[in-house]
Amino acid sequence: MIKMAKKKIYKIGDYPGLTGWTVFFFAYLYMPMIVLVVYSFNESRRAQIWKGFSLDWYVKAFSNDDIQSAALNSLIVAVIATVFATVISTLAALALARGRQFRGQAAVTGLISLPLVVPEIATAVATLSFFAVIGFKLGLVSIIIAHTVFCIPFAFLPIRARLQGMDDAYEQAASDLYANDWQTFRYVTLPLMMPGVVAGAMLAFIISIDDFIITLMVSGAGSTTLPLYIYGMIRQGITPEVNVISTVMLVLSIIFITVYWFVSKKAEETG
Amino acid sequence: MKKHVISTLAGAAILAGSVSAQAAGELNFYNWTDYTPDDLIEKFEKETGINVTMDTYDSNETLLAKLKSGAVGYDLAVPSSNFVSIMVSEGLLEEVDVKSMPNYKNVDPRWQGPAWDPEQKYTSPYQYGTTSFAVRTDAADVTCESLKTFFEPEGEACGNVSVFATPEEVASMAALYLGQPYCDDRSDSLKAMQKLLQTQNKCVKVYSSEGMIDRVATKTVTVTNAWNGDAMRARLEGTPIEYCYPKEGLVGWFDSLVIPKGAENYENAKTFMNFLMEPENMAMVSNFARYSNAIPASTEFLDPELATAPEANVPDGIEVRVSETCGPKFVKSIDKIWTKLRQ
Amino acid sequence: MELPRRNPVTRRWLALSPAIVVVSIFMILPMIILLVFSFMEADPYGGVDPGFTTEAYVQILYERDFDDLLIFDPVYLNIIGRSVLLALLATIGCLVLGLPVAYFIARQSSRTQSLLLYLITIPFWTNLLVRTYAWILLLSSDGVIEQPLKFLGVIDESLDMMYTNGAVAVGLIYSYLPLMVLPIYASLEKLDFRLIEAAHDLYADRFRVARYVIFPLAAPGIVAGCILVLVPSLGAFIAPDLLGGGKKLMLGSLIQVQFASARNWPFGSAVAICLLALVMMMLMYQARIASKRRRETGD
Repeated sequence: MIKMAKKKIYKIGDYPGLTGWTVFFFAYLYMPMIVLVVYSFNESRRAQIWKGFSLDWYVKAFSNDDIQSAALNSLIVAVIATVFATVISTLAALALARGRQFRGQAAVTGLISLPLVVPEIATAVATLSFFAVIGFKLGLVSIIIAHTVFCIPFAFLPIRARLQGMDDAYEQAASDLYANDWQTFRYVTLPLMMPGVVAGAMLAFIISIDDFIITLMVSGAGSTTLPLYIYGMIRQGITPEVNVISTVMLVLSIIFITVYWFVSKKAEETG
Repeated sequence: MKKHVISTLAGAAILAGSVSAQAAGELNFYNWTDYTPDDLIEKFEKETGINVTMDTYDSNETLLAKLKSGAVGYDLAVPSSNFVSIMVSEGLLEEVDVKSMPNYKNVDPRWQGPAWDPEQKYTSPYQYGTTSFAVRTDAADVTCESLKTFFEPEGEACGNVSVFATPEEVASMAALYLGQPYCDDRSDSLKAMQKLLQTQNKCVKVYSSEGMIDRVATKTVTVTNAWNGDAMRARLEGTPIEYCYPKEGLVGWFDSLVIPKGAENYENAKTFMNFLMEPENMAMVSNFARYSNAIPASTEFLDPELATAPEANVPDGIEVRVSETCGPKFVKSIDKIWTKLRQ
Repeated sequence: MELPRRNPVTRRWLALSPAIVVVSIFMILPMIILLVFSFMEADPYGGVDPGFTTEAYVQILYERDFDDLLIFDPVYLNIIGRSVLLALLATIGCLVLGLPVAYFIARQSSRTQSLLLYLITIPFWTNLLVRTYAWILLLSSDGVIEQPLKFLGVIDESLDMMYTNGAVAVGLIYSYLPLMVLPIYASLEKLDFRLIEAAHDLYADRFRVARYVIFPLAAPGIVAGCILVLVPSLGAFIAPDLLGGGKKLMLGSLIQVQFASARNWPFGSAVAICLLALVMMMLMYQARIASKRRRETGD
């Protein structure tokens, strides 16, 4: 009673400046990206000095051969790595989330999650050393292999989460109706877990597209991916081309994540 | 569902296969950053139908590291003369009969059969130049007179110095400054060099071998390690920069094209080597990168600016000492000193 | 179609085998090779030479000077120290920035929560290289921050923000901020606001509420968030490389250089092994805290 007379009434659990702090937070989070986008339209060659609005650099970037092949490489690697990682993770998730607990379950889960926990630079140099020892040629294939490995946990987690959230009553009903295991899987389990699989695949895809340090260490001739190309350009100096490619990657990621957001929301709801 | 998976996999495999199937007309070129103009590559691609992909490196050390790390798949690389001997002795290069190439006759006789490749069976000439430092003309406390400005800058210059990311050429410049021979691996000489580099380290802002022109243009640094061609390009772009000829001398270098061992597109690489010994083509390179080349007939195609530019003409009395191949003891010692500096 | 083996246990291990095989061959085996490399000789021109030696590890602490004597040299300890310091700084920075925001989000309506979470996740999934590069644009002399300040006459000379420890720290904080907010939010989301109400009814002021109600509930999320920021920061490469100017090496960039131009694979491997050991220690410590809490709260 006394408190309310002294201070103005505040909502319970509210703290002063919280809203302001949050606004500042989001500004800090988004400012660099907004600057990047704005400057990609900069006419001047000296990327920092604003000269005028122009789409020239976009035209230049899109018609650049090297950028096109880097984009193609990124895409090829991501698609193949995603497919493999998703298949492997789906099998693993099925084994771990269905049926009784078994000995060694924690160990296997830990093993699969290993790439998440190990610092990327360590994975990168270890993989490079491995390829050097077996004399494997560095190129697109070495990148795909490396990407598949670290995409596995990213695909695994959403799939397993989905399976764990799924009531296995449907599968039990199917076997009560004399469906064999394969039929149960094909017609009941798989469709039900599909949103999880799709979410896992999308996560793996974007992780592969964005990867830099591992790709840097295991790439060879002609296997430059988009992040590698951007890095090469950044080292030379700041140019509007870097801004353009960066903006494009930014926008594509945003679109991708937005789609993923909806898909995973759906995965949570049903089942 | 199963059908979808299979067709996706098949499609991806076909895509990957088609990319590598183009190996018939491919050339994987591993080159210094900003060293070959795009229009030259395009001209080559048009004339020969060979598709060129270029990856870049910033130093001889990076090139050596890449070639030694195993099968990397490059068909062509551009080492400096002092590294050619190392690569030959480490078995990293393919033999190439450069002498019997049709355009070989265009090469200046004094550069034919050079010290690092007397039988001309590994290299074809690319460009040559000098290494020194450059200063921003409108900056305080900088002078071109001596390497002191580079190694022991004073006043405002200290804290605004940019040095190459790798030690090879910096060590040569240090040797010039200290009055030592190159590759001097005696204990006292190494100690002196370490002390000098550590002194310099306090005033260094950036260790990088790329983007130097940019950094001087934005006045991020006022003293920078530089190659003469880079400095010329910066000056012609309007940056107030001066390439310095200090009294202690400059480091000289000569770059060549080589074919790494195991190159898949050996013949295409040879085609490119020959292509570059054509006066017109070499002139395109020199006009872009602003270095000198070993093809006298290219002069008629060269930008007249190149003949008179200060960066291309060493003043009388200033020594240009060509870089030498150093033994493993020196290399190891310098590498150790260097890694500690970059902390 | 019947699957060949009906034994569920065999089938389970069959399904697990691709994952186990792939991770073992391409992750565990490489780590072992790395360990082996760290005990080998460095070839002066790159790669490793056969021969067992602990030289790489010795090099971390000692310098073999030119007369072949061993002197204690703290240089690499400095780099390790800087990595730990900057990683801690980044973690604290993320905590200070992120904790209030996580709390704020947890208090919003469900739809607003979704929106805000979405906004936080987006930067995290965009390319780290690109986001760090944006900071180069911001921090350079005559960059986006300096230009208006110079124009308004607030400063005359460059603030020289690039190529400093501060720049690297800012880059690190920015890289991993979402990783701090999300776990804390996950903990706070379960917060029952009636508890706060009850605390107020008992005449607790806002600070006591924060200290005795909110913080304890957010604690697991805070710990998780700190680990999620600390571990990648320790081994970070992009931020120190782009913003540090070839100096201000952290463990990540030090390791990378050894495998590139510095051509000292054994030393690089040794440092990488140290990094892994550091990370393992932290994770084990966190696991111990987590299991201790579980035992205490009977979760």
